[in-house]
Amino acid sequence: MNSWLDRLRTRLNRLSGGDPMVALAPLIAALLALVAGAFILLALGKNPIEAYGAMLEGAFGSERNLFRTLTRATPLLLVAIGICIAFRGGMINIGAEGQLFVGAVSATAFSIGFADALPGWLLVILTLLIGFLAGAVWGAVPGVLKARFNVNEILSTVMMNEIAIQLLIFLLSGPMIDPAEVERGTRIPQSAPLPESVWMARLAPPSQIHVGVFIAIIAAAVVYVLLWRTTLGYRIRAVGQNRDASRYAGISVPFYLALSLTLSGGLAGLAGAVEVMGVSHRMVEGFAVGYGFSGIVVALFGRLHPIGSIPSAFLFGAMLVGADKMQRDLQVPSATIIALQGLIVIFVVSSDIWVRRRTARRLAQQAAPTISAAEAPASSH
Amino acid sequence: MSQPTTLPSGHTRIDSAEMRGIVKRFPGVLANDHVNFEVRAGEIHALLGENGAGKSTLMKILYGLYQPDEGQIFINGEEVHFHSPADALARGIGMIHQHFMLVQTLTVAENVALGMKTPHGLLELDGVKKRLRELSEIYGLKIDPDAYIWQLSVGEQQRVEIVKALYRGGALIILDEPTAVLTPQEVDELFVTLKQMREQGHALIFISHKLHEVQDLSDRITVMRDGRVVDTVPNDGIEQRTLARMMVGRDVQLQPDRPEVERGPVRLRVRDLVVNNDQDLPALRGISLDVHAGEIVGIAGVSGNGQRELAETIAGLREAVSGEIELDGKSILHASVAERLRAGLAFIPEERMRHGTIGVFSVAENMILQNHGDPPFARSVFFDFGAIARHTGELIRRFNIKTPSQETPVKNLSGGNIQKLILARELSRQPVVLIAAQPTRGVDISATEYIRHTLMQQRNEGVAILLISEDLDEILALSDRIVVLYEGQIMGVVDREDADVEMLGLMMAGARQQA
Repeated sequence: MNSWLDRLRTRLNRLSGGDPMVALAPLIAALLALVAGAFILLALGKNPIEAYGAMLEGAFGSERNLFRTLTRATPLLLVAIGICIAFRGGMINIGAEGQLFVGAVSATAFSIGFADALPGWLLVILTLLIGFLAGAVWGAVPGVLKARFNVNEILSTVMMNEIAIQLLIFLLSGPMIDPAEVERGTRIPQSAPLPESVWMARLAPPSQIHVGVFIAIIAAAVVYVLLWRTTLGYRIRAVGQNRDASRYAGISVPFYLALSLTLSGGLAGLAGAVEVMGVSHRMVEGFAVGYGFSGIVVALFGRLHPIGSIPSAFLFGAMLVGADKMQRDLQVPSATIIALQGLIVIFVVSSDIWVRRRTARRLAQQAAPTISAAEAPASSH
Repeated sequence: MSQPTTLPSGHTRIDSAEMRGIVKRFPGVLANDHVNFEVRAGEIHALLGENGAGKSTLMKILYGLYQPDEGQIFINGEEVHFHSPADALARGIGMIHQHFMLVQTLTVAENVALGMKTPHGLLELDGVKKRLRELSEIYGLKIDPDAYIWQLSVGEQQRVEIVKALYRGGALIILDEPTAVLTPQEVDELFVTLKQMREQGHALIFISHKLHEVQDLSDRITVMRDGRVVDTVPNDGIEQRTLARMMVGRDVQLQPDRPEVERGPVRLRVRDLVVNNDQDLPALRGISLDVHAGEIVGIAGVSGNGQRELAETIAGLREAVSGEIELDGKSILHASVAERLRAGLAFIPEERMRHGTIGVFSVAENMILQNHGDPPFARSVFFDFGAIARHTGELIRRFNIKTPSQETPVKNLSGGNIQKLILARELSRQPVVLIAAQPTRGVDISATEYIRHTLMQQRNEGVAILLISEDLDEILALSDRIVVLYEGQIMGVVDREDADVEMLGLMMAGARQQA
């Protein structure tokens, strides 16, 4: 019992370099952001304490609200751990949004198409797999373009988002439209419902929370193992940190560049599949909008670490749910919520820079006698 | 004391600056242990020591960047307390850091004016420029106040730093390894400037670990080791060996013994190699050479004559236009880097941070850079961290790598220790052929000694070594045969017995070997 605690403590100590600020700074920064946000709320004539009260209440106030938060956190976490892989591999993936859509649409089409042909358990597994693969393909395209032709992946992933969005609209209003909509003549662009056999089990009905939350947590653990305990992850990180040295070491840089973006897309695709199987049970226009982008922030907030992304996703899930409540209770314009999120991001990112400088300073002081400026040629290359 | 007490720059001279009993502790280390140090007007005082000896710490205390835990500082006999560099500047102490503190997109005058207090909050650049011209006149420092920093060479930027220090009233100027970033010509110019400043009554402190520079330049030499002053000696005829011994604490042998070993079969064969550089212009124009087991072949030459391209082509990072490369009798011309590594090639790249290591990766992670996928380090795709830790621990011990732990990011190690890490890693793979490019550049004396001895020992054990170095002393100390490269062609091959510095120098300048 004690040894377990000790181990945890040494581990935390190692991660933070013995500096509690490493863990505390983001929380303090988030609080300061809320203080800054209070001025926006005041300017709108709202009582910030009431507003934040509503937010807290909305996110954590009841069991039901807490479940809501967890439901929202699930796709965020899946996207975020994918982002961790890409960023660690030196690829800036802005395309999670599109990868998520494609994953969800493919999972929908597949599960509806094979609903009667396959036993339920197999259909579930294959539907998840198809979602992953579709997202992976959407990530692989910019990945290969980068690896082969050095096409900037930031631009290509953004463009792939646009393609995915248009594709989604086309499919939902044409080939994949719910036949019932056509019959009724309403033609609302949405797919038929997924077969009930692939619906994710609800954990606490009537809440929407579903077993997908466990899938996400397990996936985070798997990604952690992949990145830090396998040769594959080692190479992804090596290429992400120093392409030249990786080349000298005989690592195939283009392959691992493409791979990290492919895996990243796969996890975003999985997020889409899980979301459609767990929450909406059909594809609709406006499905899961924004998760792909928020997931990037979640990953950064979690220090690009899959395990760090778990609390980070929870926090951002809470913010989304709490914001809904705040909007309903106080009639705050929804743009305010986006501004608040932006403030939190700015404050947290700044605090991160502050902590890094502080750590560097501490290291420099500790190491001053052994690592003096005299040796800077080593690092100036 | 008959000299005037103002300097040509118009500031008060510092006749003496004295540090007494300085103690500075950092967590776990005593960086300065009761250090006494003194510098006078009209003197260049060299502060010599290995990396980590405490030189920089001592100077940062004098410049007000650190506060001492114990001890006193006296300027012209009066005790002073510096709480920041601003305090030190106010008393006429300036410091020129190894990395220049200049804004690239501003002009010289703007950089000098940066951070200065002006009477009405208005920038009076014309006054600054006028004063800069005066100073550059007085000190013979050619500088255009209107030039942008990015337009200047490294040597010129350093001149800006010197003028900046003078402008701000520097009577005592500390130079932290000022030659590390300069070309040999720029070093000569710098020394002329410094000597002139000495004549004009400035007190100069010159931090270095390069023995010949210290000998060339200084009046007195203070040697530090492990946070203590070993001795302060006048620079009159003191031998480099003596200084080296004071620095390291024992005799240093930069030229390892060379037992006769039987030359083995050819391990690396290069034939008519033609390679282009990054601009697609010919870098190597038909190079042929052999390296046998148990010999070191040194490639001498001024940098930029094809050495880098030769190393990269053998390593598999650059494609040859034509020619042949054989490792142990088998062609590797079209082999991938990984295949060459597996065939027994090892490589110490010129740029250790860019090509040799991954800075944010730990010592342990860097130790397995090439063979991380092989047993015992990995079983299928999963790492065996126990095996990696044992391997790393053994290499740290065997190669005497100084690191706080195996988990320390490599970028936090000193240059010499990073180089030892690379050497340890490459040799642990038991190579057939080792390419060593500038293996001791920028590392301190004891690491240089260690690396050279290790290379020699590998040669004695039958490794074929291709040594590429700009340091002719190094080439002469290690090589069995010397190949001189000039503009991508071999000017000649010389056996070590016949090697003569003057002849090599001529060949390096493009003269072909006389038959």
